[in-house]
Amino acid sequence: MAKVLMKGNEAIGAAAIAAGCKYFFGYPITPQSELPEYMSRELPKVGGVFLQAESEVAAINMVYGAAGAGARVMTSSSSPGMSLKQEGISYIAGAELPCLLVNIMRGGPGLGSIQPSQTDYFQATRGGGNGDYRMVVFAPADVQELVDLIIEGFDIADQYRNPVMILGDGMIGQMMEPVEFKTPAKRDLPEKDWATVGTGGNRKPNIVNSLYIAPEDLEAHNIKLQAKYELMRQNESRVESYNIEDADVVIAAYGTTARIAKTAISKLEKEGYKVGLIRPITLWPYPYDEFKKVNPNCKGILTVEMNNGQMVDDVKIAVEGKFPVSFYGRTGGMVPTPDAIIEHVKKICGGEK
Amino acid sequence: MTIVFEKTKGLTDVQTHYCPGCTHGIIHRLVGEAMVELGILENAIGVAPVGCSVFAYNYFNCDMQQAAHGRAPAVATGIKRVHPENFVFTYQGDGDLASIGTAEIVHAAHRGEKISTIFVNNAIYGMTGGQMAPTTLIGQKATTAPLGRTEEHSGRPIRISEMLATIHGAKFVERVAVNTPANIRKAKKAIIECFKIQLEGKGFGIVEVLSTCPTNWGMTAPESMKWLEENMIPYYPLGNFRRPEEVE
Repeated sequence: MAKVLMKGNEAIGAAAIAAGCKYFFGYPITPQSELPEYMSRELPKVGGVFLQAESEVAAINMVYGAAGAGARVMTSSSSPGMSLKQEGISYIAGAELPCLLVNIMRGGPGLGSIQPSQTDYFQATRGGGNGDYRMVVFAPADVQELVDLIIEGFDIADQYRNPVMILGDGMIGQMMEPVEFKTPAKRDLPEKDWATVGTGGNRKPNIVNSLYIAPEDLEAHNIKLQAKYELMRQNESRVESYNIEDADVVIAAYGTTARIAKTAISKLEKEGYKVGLIRPITLWPYPYDEFKKVNPNCKGILTVEMNNGQMVDDVKIAVEGKFPVSFYGRTGGMVPTPDAIIEHVKKICGGEK
Repeated sequence: MTIVFEKTKGLTDVQTHYCPGCTHGIIHRLVGEAMVELGILENAIGVAPVGCSVFAYNYFNCDMQQAAHGRAPAVATGIKRVHPENFVFTYQGDGDLASIGTAEIVHAAHRGEKISTIFVNNAIYGMTGGQMAPTTLIGQKATTAPLGRTEEHSGRPIRISEMLATIHGAKFVERVAVNTPANIRKAKKAIIECFKIQLEGKGFGIVEVLSTCPTNWGMTAPESMKWLEENMIPYYPLGNFRRPEEVE
């Protein structure tokens, strides 16, 4: 298939439809509204349903119902709206329902701003809703990767019976890039024989539920969930890294911030600095092991984010105290510049060469 | 020997957790019987709420989903949009539907969502221990209204059926009670008519069922039936508020 030029938010919709998603329940919020608009136009053409819910709370619960009924289904929102969905996400994780969630992050806290940010890293990777649950969280850095991860994300959700989140920022939602729609590697997907579709009179009722009132039952359920999360840790962690075995400084960054870091790295190389990059593609499961490959003589890891320092906690866990970890971030919708990153790298290297 | 009565196939063969004298059991039976008589049990998908009837998923003999507090109409919407050919219903109490879930029930009705709702109103929070509900009557004592509800502090009790009857998409709205055999028969008739509205693709339907809570009202079962009749029915009048022919 030839490449087409698409805006990030619309590419998400096209990728979801290509993955066989037929149901979208959402609520308008900037900067992701092009996605529900696209779905309202395109889903009816493939026999699907777009429904604008009365709230984000209702939308995520519609996703719960549709996923529990066996459908490929998704919702999307931006930071304040994603906060409202957390209750439903916890229920979805508890009831083990597959679905795709998209958060095109904007500045916070509260109503914050409508400009790009990465301030929901904690919310996405640490739970957000109540209870001990986990989900695969992808942080695409360009529109092609966004499309690829959406398509594969639905399969991952079905394989593990678990929600999958795409964590983008306002920049990736709004930027236009050429994309190609590719079929992902085939996964062995289980039958949805647990779904509520009516008994047909020939089996016992299926029950979609996250309530286990007896403590021993709930503990057993949690042990089963944790075993599933462990499988996800083993199989689904993804990372891109560059020149880390030889670097004097390694930058850790994800999403669009990693692209800015790449620009900084190529400028620094021209000046003779050896700078590597670790770009987690999955923020959960986090690619901790990648940091073990870093040059033992590396002077430090610089974490760059569009927030006040969230992934930096995972970087510290990953390096186990072997390297100094520093942080540079902009927030409130402000975007780090390559020059500012360059300045921080040079500081770690002990100043100008 | 001929069988003159047996438990409906619409319910599973398990003992319920409901308190002695609670009318949830009667209402469950009516819903189960209605599904069997309409021949829809095999393609029914029900949604259980949070509250006393949270375990309804163990009692109705059909596919069931358990929803977050108040969200059953949204969950049912998701199910119905995926499977428009299936019969989809919610079973919700007054804390669930009339308090935390008002947005979901109003908008499900507003969209004319083709689902059916059984709304059990016993004027109190049962599962959490007798706290005040939006439906608690003026003067009625609750664990969070120890001196009794006052209008000045908490407003008057909310009348859900009257409110939903103002919404175009709500094609069937009726309030019934299960305090006497005659009222139980009327309740079943209303439930069957409500379910038919969905089967005929006409829109949203709801039956509000006035119910008792002997445990949290602090009464015996017979006293509760009498209290329902003398206090609830005067404030929550029984009858039909909406039928398709009245909608147009």
